[in-house]
Amino acid sequence: MDFVRNFPCISIMLCLFAGIISSGLRGRAAMIVNAGLLVINTALSACTLVYTLALGESFVYVMGQFPAPWGNEIRAGVLEALMALFFCIIMLLSLLGGRHKLLEGVEKGKLYLYYVLMDLLLSSLLALVYTNDMFTAYVFVEINTISACGLIMIRQNGRTIEAAVRYMIMSLLGSGMLLLGLCMLYDLTGHLLMSNIQESVALIVAEGKYTIPLIISIVLMSVGLCIKSALFPFHAWLPDAYGYSTVSSAAVLSSLVSKGYIFLLIKIIYRVIGFEIYRDSRIIDILFVFGLMGMIFGSLSAIRENDIRRMIAFSSVAQIGYIYMGFGMGTEAGMTASVFHILSHAATKSLLFIAAVGLTDVSGRNRQFIELTGSGYRNRWAGAAFTVGSLAMVGVPMFSGFISKLLFSQAAVQNHAKMLPALIVLGVSTILNAIYFMKTVIRIYTPVENTSYPSLTCKDMPLYAVVLAAFIILNMTLGVSSQPVVDMIRQGLAMFA
Amino acid sequence: MGTNLFINYGEAVAMILFGIGFGNLLLQPNLIKKIIGLNIMDTAIYLFLAEKGYIRGRVAPIVAGGVQSMEAYINPIPSGLVLTGIVVSVSVSALMLALTIRLYRRYHTLDLDEISKRLRKEGL
Repeated sequence: MDFVRNFPCISIMLCLFAGIISSGLRGRAAMIVNAGLLVINTALSACTLVYTLALGESFVYVMGQFPAPWGNEIRAGVLEALMALFFCIIMLLSLLGGRHKLLEGVEKGKLYLYYVLMDLLLSSLLALVYTNDMFTAYVFVEINTISACGLIMIRQNGRTIEAAVRYMIMSLLGSGMLLLGLCMLYDLTGHLLMSNIQESVALIVAEGKYTIPLIISIVLMSVGLCIKSALFPFHAWLPDAYGYSTVSSAAVLSSLVSKGYIFLLIKIIYRVIGFEIYRDSRIIDILFVFGLMGMIFGSLSAIRENDIRRMIAFSSVAQIGYIYMGFGMGTEAGMTASVFHILSHAATKSLLFIAAVGLTDVSGRNRQFIELTGSGYRNRWAGAAFTVGSLAMVGVPMFSGFISKLLFSQAAVQNHAKMLPALIVLGVSTILNAIYFMKTVIRIYTPVENTSYPSLTCKDMPLYAVVLAAFIILNMTLGVSSQPVVDMIRQGLAMFA
Repeated sequence: MGTNLFINYGEAVAMILFGIGFGNLLLQPNLIKKIIGLNIMDTAIYLFLAEKGYIRGRVAPIVAGGVQSMEAYINPIPSGLVLTGIVVSVSVSALMLALTIRLYRRYHTLDLDEISKRLRKEGL
């Protein structure tokens, strides 16, 4: 069974090779290569997950012949494998669900490029999840940025190019700060491998030397990753990038790309700086405050929005706020809630984007709410899926969002200093969520007489209906049988420390 | 503090340059100036790494003349990091320039705010 130890490395390599091969293929062939790659990677990640669960601890895979302080390493535990598995599943479903839009939105000769970018994106996400080396993480952060930018502008109009430029500018500011922070950390500790850095940081803190440089480097890395994952107030690029790109890109960007950066931040907190040291620095309170503000202001902007795609995009700002609020609690429970919310938000947001496109398709491609009236009857699958996604976002029991809200509230109760603001904002934000999502659900189920728009049944688009059903099942599974997943997250976080 | 600053003037300059580049990338409305800011920012980090990696009186770790003492050479990793960083920054700059060309062909201006204004007018 020890052969499974190679799987993380193999899955990253497969993505890179698939990208290279796809660049010489035609659109359809590249699409098939990409789907095959995603299926294989799902299987590999599932094997790794089962293996690490059985092993009960994480394992380190040495890249090349050089041992620990010099060489490059991959490290896989339960949490890493769970994330990789989840990322592959969500990406596969998002791509299948948005395929018909992709075929009509992208120029004929350029379709293969989309899949090349997707392969690269997956490789960088997996590398961010598995790597044990800070500089490798930086390089893959940049690869992630470049491929995400390509995904935004593959559907070319003025809006998407402008959105891509704005996305690039904010991302580059973020990665500049990340690079500077990790260079400083390298200077302080003399190591690039996460475990070695952690040992040196513990020594430095114990001796009480270099307090200010250490804090500055933590701040730079945290803020850099916050900018890249669109924490409020750095979210200005987000609505355009998610709102006007093709639907698969929007689903992948909102549910995977930003989560990759957040996962890297979790790794930095646990494996590079050390949870206690990170908690005792003041940065955690800043993350908490901005998380809370994001939860409120993201929802307020979403309420004002009159465009369904942009509304869902603004809702992402609020959900990212939830995740950072969990970080800000500074407790194990808060972290568990955040990681669970990463999964539940990824499953829900991609579902919402994919379902929204089905609704706009039966409304003459208009995205204004007034045109969407009654669209839930014209495309029943999309209507049902959108309703499930909305209920999950609001946090109704049986759906995934309920569990994350429950975990957040439990975490808040355990932290006396931050209990009151966290619970109040959680309540307010839930009401705001309910306002804009239920408004939309009521709108799409308001009957209209003699509409001029055609209806679609699931026979017209069998693949789309299957994808929506899979998303709904995934969402309900997370909501109904959440305990095994939460246990895995707890176990994975324990392996981190 | 003051003497440290004087001894480590290279790092201080790198930080100032980083600030200049960061400010330019964030605040300049002109896209080309933004890209210049990006390059200043990245180069400042390479200066910082190079400055940190160099120890006065030592040479690059290429064994010459049979000297194998560790005291004679510098650590090659910072230089390696600089090289990797340069590759990344070149590709990112190229991508930004390509995007700029696209925008310029469409709107005949390099001013990002102006482009946003026109997009709003188009109501796309």
